Amino acid sequence: MSRSVFRIVAIPFMAVVFGVLIGALLIVSQGGSPAEAYKALLVGGLGDSDAVLRTLQKATPLIFGGLAVAFAFKAGMFNIGGQGQLLVGAVFAAGVGFGIDGLPVLIHLPAALIVGAVAGALWGGIAGTLKATTGAHEVIVTIMLNFVAGNLTDWLAANPWKDNSGSNIVARTPLVENSATIPTIGAVPVGFLLAVAVSVACWLVLERTSYGFEVRSVGHNRHAAQYSGMKVGWIMSSTMAVSGMLAGLGGAVESLGVDGRFEAGVNVGLGFEGITIALLARANPLGVIPAALLVGLMEAGAARMQYKSDVAPELIDVIQALILFFVAAPIIIRWLLRMRHDNSEQLQLGAGWGKS
Amino acid sequence: MTETLLGARKVRKEFPGVLANDDISISLQPGRILALLGENGAGKSTLVNILFGMYRPDEGHVIIKDEIVDLRGPDEAISRGIGMVHQHFQLVPPMRVVENIVLGAEPTRRGLVDLDEARTRVIALSERYGLEVDPDALVEDLPVGMQQRVEILKALYRDADVLILDEPTGVLTPQEADHLLGVLRELTETGLGIVFITHKLREVLAIADDIVVLRNGQVVGETRPSDTDESDLAEMMVGRNVMLQVEKSVSRPGDPVLEVKELEVKDDRGQIALDSLSFEVRAGEILGVAGVEGNGQRELVEAITGLRAPSVGVMKIEGEELTGESPRQITKKGVAHIPEDREKHGVVAIYSLAENTILNRYHRKPFSIRGILRRDVIRSHAQDVVDEFDVRTPSISVPASSLSGGNKQKLIVGREFSDDIKLLIAAQPTRGIDIGAIEFIHRRILEQRDKGAAVLLVSAELDEILGLSDRIAVLYDGKIMDVVDAQEANREQIGLLMAGITD
Repeated sequence: MSRSVFRIVAIPFMAVVFGVLIGALLIVSQGGSPAEAYKALLVGGLGDSDAVLRTLQKATPLIFGGLAVAFAFKAGMFNIGGQGQLLVGAVFAAGVGFGIDGLPVLIHLPAALIVGAVAGALWGGIAGTLKATTGAHEVIVTIMLNFVAGNLTDWLAANPWKDNSGSNIVARTPLVENSATIPTIGAVPVGFLLAVAVSVACWLVLERTSYGFEVRSVGHNRHAAQYSGMKVGWIMSSTMAVSGMLAGLGGAVESLGVDGRFEAGVNVGLGFEGITIALLARANPLGVIPAALLVGLMEAGAARMQYKSDVAPELIDVIQALILFFVAAPIIIRWLLRMRHDNSEQLQLGAGWGKS
Repeated sequence: MTETLLGARKVRKEFPGVLANDDISISLQPGRILALLGENGAGKSTLVNILFGMYRPDEGHVIIKDEIVDLRGPDEAISRGIGMVHQHFQLVPPMRVVENIVLGAEPTRRGLVDLDEARTRVIALSERYGLEVDPDALVEDLPVGMQQRVEILKALYRDADVLILDEPTGVLTPQEADHLLGVLRELTETGLGIVFITHKLREVLAIADDIVVLRNGQVVGETRPSDTDESDLAEMMVGRNVMLQVEKSVSRPGDPVLEVKELEVKDDRGQIALDSLSFEVRAGEILGVAGVEGNGQRELVEAITGLRAPSVGVMKIEGEELTGESPRQITKKGVAHIPEDREKHGVVAIYSLAENTILNRYHRKPFSIRGILRRDVIRSHAQDVVDEFDVRTPSISVPASSLSGGNKQKLIVGREFSDDIKLLIAAQPTRGIDIGAIEFIHRRILEQRDKGAAVLLVSAELDEILGLSDRIAVLYDGKIMDVVDAQEANREQIGLLMAGITD
C-alpha cells in the first residue's frame, strides 16, 4: 500500500522539486538569492494569519477549477471551459446575491451558491450534450463557449446588472447582501472548507457509487462501457455538467466570498489554472487539495517575494509552468529518478509506467 | 555456402518481471522452412522481434548469413535481407499495389517517384516468384489473401533472403491457407529461408522442414514433421497431455430461443454487411457460424447484442422482440456475450479483476444499493468467479492488464456465466489463448448448452466450429451459404462454402 502511494505521489512531488530547483537557477542568473526569495515566498504565504488567509483564498477557486477538470478527465474528456463555467457561475451567484434582499442567510447564501452551480452545470452540459449527440469535440466547444461566457458576463455587469452607485464607471455588479456573503472563521474562509468538502464528495462519488463506476469505465474504455450496457452518451453529457457545476461553484465562491460582487475581468485566467491543478493532482479529487494549496501559496507569497528580494513575480508563473512540464512529461522524471534508485525500484517504476 | 541464413545463439531477453527468452538458439538454413510453434506468451514474438531488430537481446547474438550482427533496428534487418510479414498488414489501403510495394524504397528520377520503373520492377518480381498481382489495383479493394501477397512482394522487393511470417494463415480460408503454403514451398526453391510462426499444428506438419517448440521462453523441443504428430506437438507446447478434441454428448435441442428473420445490417461505412439473414438457434444446441473474418460476423453479433441497430429485420428471444432494445435490456433478457475483441470490449485494462467482474452488473443488487457500490459483496463475487473459473492471479486486486490472454478470457467467461443464460453469444471465444484455457472454455460452453442454453458460436477457427457445433451455418459476404449438420460436415465442404462456392 505504502509503495503504491509512493508511486502516485512521486511524480508530482519530484516535479515540484525540479520546478523549484530550476527556479532557483533562474533567480541566481538574475543575480538574486534563491534562499532569500523562497523564504520571502513562504513568509508571504504562510507567515501570519493574514498570509494563511490569502493562501486559502487563492487556493479555493483553484480547488474548484481543478476538480472540474479532474472530474471530466475521469470520463476521458478534457474540459477547457472551466473559465466560461466559472464566469457564468460567478455572475449569476452575484445576481442572486445582490438582487434579492431580506432573506435569512441560511436561505440566501445556499440559494446564491446553487444558482451559480446550476449556471456552470448548464454551461458545461452544453458541451457534453453536443459531444454525445453530434460528436462535436468538447475541447473546441468549451473553448468557444469561454468567449460566449466572457462576453455575456461582461455585458451583464456593464448593462442590466451594473452597479450604479455613486460615480462608478466600472463594469461590475453591486455588492452582494450580507445574507449572501460567505463568512470567514479566523484565518479560514468558509469557502475553502466548502471546497475541501466538495473534493471529498467528488472522490466518494467517483470511487464508491455506481455512477462513478460508469464515469470511470467510460473514461478508461468507452467500448467496454458500451458493451456492458452503460449509456455512454448520457455519462458524457452528465459528466460535463458536473464538471461545469464544479467550476461554476468556484465562481460563485469568488463572488460571494472573496470579491463580494462580480466584476468583469477580475476572474480572468482562474478557470485555466484548474488544468494545472488537475494535472498536478493526477486527476485525483483528493490530490486537488494539496495541489491547489501549493499553487495558492506561491501566488499568495509572490508579492512579498518581489518586495523583499526583488525577484519578478513572473518567476512564479515560470515555476508553475516548469512543474506542469515535469508532470506532463513524467518520462523525464522517471529517467532522473532511475539514476538514484537501486535496481528493484527501477523495475517497479518501469512496470508502473507500462501499466499507466 | 551459407550455413545459417538467420539464427539466434543463446539469446536471452528479460522484461520487468518476465524472462521472455531464455538461452534460445535457432538456425534457419537456406531453402528451408522453420516453424516456430508455441502458445501465446511462449516467447515467439519476442524472439522474432529480436531477429528483426526491434529489440536487442540482453545476452546472446543474432546471426545473419553466418555472421554475428548487432541489429540497431528493423531498417538494418531489412537492409541485411530480412523481410517480415506481420499478422496485421502494414499496408496503406487507399494506395495502389505498386505504391505499397515500393513505399520507402521508391525508384526515383530527378527527385520524383518513377512509378513506371516501379511498375516494371514489381511485374518482373511477381513473374519471377509466381506471385501474380495487379500492380494498379487499390489495396483496399483486394481480398485479404491478395493483400498478404502484396506484403510478401514488399519484402521480396527489398531483396529479402529470409521471410518471417507471423501467423499468416489466421485470416485465410482453408483453401487460401493451403494455397499460401504451396506458394511458400515454391519460394524456398529459390534459396529463400522462411520462419513461420503459428499455433496451428496441422500447418506445421504440412509445411515445415524444421520445428522449434517454445514454452515459457525456452526451447522445449526441436523436431521434424516426419518424427512427430499433432498430439506430440501439443504436449510439447503445453507441457502436459491435452485433449485436442472436447468430448461432447449428442445435443437434445428444444424450442427455438433466438429467431432471426430477414435481418439486414449495415457496417460502419454504410455498406450492407448482412443481407436478409434468417436462422434460429434452439435451446440446448450450439449453432456454429463459420466464415472468413469480415463476412458479417461482427455485425451479426453486434446486432443481436444491441450494439448496432439493424436496418431491416426482426430478432426475437423466446418470442420476445429484441430488435431496437439497448444492450442492457438485452442482457436482462438472459443474453450473455463473450465479445470478439477482449481488450476492446471485454475488460477495462486498468480496472482490478474485482471491478471487471461487475462491469455488467454493478448497477444491480446486491452489487450496489441505491447507487452505492458494495465493496465487500463485489470482492466476494470476484473471488468466486476467479476460483470457479480458474483465473490464475495473485489476487483480485491486480489490474486486468496483468493477466495473460487466457486468464483474461476466463475472467470474462466467468463474468458472463454468473447468471442463468438463455442465449450465449460466443464470438471468437478462444482467440489467441493457450491450449489449456481453450480446453477449459470449450468445456464451459458445452456445459451451458447441456444446461439448456442456446449457443451461437462465431469463430474463424474451423477446428473450433467443427469440434463444438451441433449445426454449422457458413457466412459468406453477409449471407448464409448453407446450414449443415455438424456430424455430416467436413473441412473441405465448409471451406468451399467459406469461399462462396456452392457447386
